[in-house]
Amino acid sequence: MTTQAKNLIEIRNLTHDYGSVRALDNVSLDIRENEFFALLGPSGCGKTTLLRILAGFETPLEGSVSLAGDDLIALPANKRPINLMFQSYALFPHMNVGQNIAYGLEREKLPKAEIKSRVEEVLKTVGLQDKVKARPSQLSGGQRQRVALARAIVKRPKLLLLDEPLSALDRKVRSEMQLELKRLQLEVGITFVVVTHDQEEAMSMADRIAVMVEGTVGQVDSPVDLYQRPLTAYVGDFIGESNFFDGIVVPEGIKHPSLGILPGNRYGKDITGEAHLLIRPEDLKVAQNQEHSIAALVRDVQFYGGASTLVLGIDGRSAPILMSQPGATTAQRGTIVNLTWDPLKAIVLPKDSRRSTL
Amino acid sequence: MLIHDDRVIHGLINTLIVAVGSTLLSSVLGTLLAVGLHRYTKSSFLNAFALAPAIVPDIVLGIGLLALYALLSVSLGLYSVLLAHVVFSMAFVTAVVKARLAHTDKYLREASMDLGATRTATFMRITVPSLAPAILAGGLLAFTLSLDEFVIAFFTNGPTTPTLPIVIYSMVRFGVTPEINALATLLMLVSFTAVIFAQRMTRPTEEQ
Repeated sequence: MTTQAKNLIEIRNLTHDYGSVRALDNVSLDIRENEFFALLGPSGCGKTTLLRILAGFETPLEGSVSLAGDDLIALPANKRPINLMFQSYALFPHMNVGQNIAYGLEREKLPKAEIKSRVEEVLKTVGLQDKVKARPSQLSGGQRQRVALARAIVKRPKLLLLDEPLSALDRKVRSEMQLELKRLQLEVGITFVVVTHDQEEAMSMADRIAVMVEGTVGQVDSPVDLYQRPLTAYVGDFIGESNFFDGIVVPEGIKHPSLGILPGNRYGKDITGEAHLLIRPEDLKVAQNQEHSIAALVRDVQFYGGASTLVLGIDGRSAPILMSQPGATTAQRGTIVNLTWDPLKAIVLPKDSRRSTL
Repeated sequence: MLIHDDRVIHGLINTLIVAVGSTLLSSVLGTLLAVGLHRYTKSSFLNAFALAPAIVPDIVLGIGLLALYALLSVSLGLYSVLLAHVVFSMAFVTAVVKARLAHTDKYLREASMDLGATRTATFMRITVPSLAPAILAGGLLAFTLSLDEFVIAFFTNGPTTPTLPIVIYSMVRFGVTPEINALATLLMLVSFTAVIFAQRMTRPTEEQ
């Protein structure tokens, strides 16, 4: 992604309540033109509220949203150049596939011939030419999703919102649709914003991801940066597998109460006092000599063909330490290994009370 | 022959006017009531209250409506029977349509708005058509109920406009003749057909 892409959506200081619950708390975000953007977070983090505000089904308490410089909040849902693909697809049951797709174009009062050609064109894009006359009830889950997608993109919106697009599909169709969505986004050149709780889904599709935490935006970054350079322990924990050690910041890393000095990288940030050290499973190695290593007991070895995962334990620590190695491993269950890591790849993060596990 | 009996023909025409009129009126009102209840209230009292006319004994409803008409100094005629029938058949339409609403995707309306439709267009093009099978089934139910309804019609009817069940009642008082048996059979056939048809309509076809 080029860094100087123009912003399509600018969200500023958005705050919204549901009854007494604060769903969004002073959220500011930029979504760039033609990017595949993901709002990622556990349920109740405010991502769906944000999506519904963008679509026009909720009016925020405070804050502004603009699309290409124009205020969006004042426009009702049916006047916005934004379309939403619903999680349930919300296909009209009494209309066939062609009528479902044509519905939005008919509302624009376009000439019949144009509607017909655009419906045919979009059906070709999603590969459902032979299903024009089918009812939604006669389609499979994957086909329904394609219809829902076609119905939304045929309007040529400036922004397409997708609410948990893959959650209703079984595993095989999921990975197909994942590729398909990515291909479509490049092909039609529409900005996609996908809302999901599934980090794999977000990581594999999105150009940039906003991780949402309790109504706020935790971090906005590319998938690689989110994984390698999380700004908070919460994000580091939420994205991918991780090993955390808690201690006090020292110049070379952190000082763990029982393991001593564990070297890590602060990335130039000013962190003092209590802190977490995050080490990804693939960054852990078996030590050749004894410098800054920790001894751990191999509790279990899991072999996945391409890689193996070692589940390790340390006295006085309940959470297991995960270590992944390419291919098969020679480590035996019940033996002791000495673990080491590249201090540059271990990240020192400020203490974060929201981190879900220890 | 039945068709040569003026009283029977007159009664049949009256009954059809009442049945068709009350069916149309109660289908519209019952659907609107169901949609309103579904969208705007969670109150179980209001929901039960809307169905009350279907449960209240006919005699109570008949006497109550007669008292109401008297209070408002409304003279009795076919229209007073028609309105009385709307009161209870509306409750049946509401019940059937509400059951259907509970099974329709609640995001259909939002999807329609999202695609650029106004509220009116959404109601006419999405809400009503997606409820059509239920509205039709409720309407058929209302039609059958009105067709052979006696008690309420007896109370709210004018003296010169007897409906078919009232005609049959007055004929029975002089003994059960073969004509009455034939009439009863015909009425039952019509009702049966309508009920079976209504049953088929409410069968879940579109939703999984």
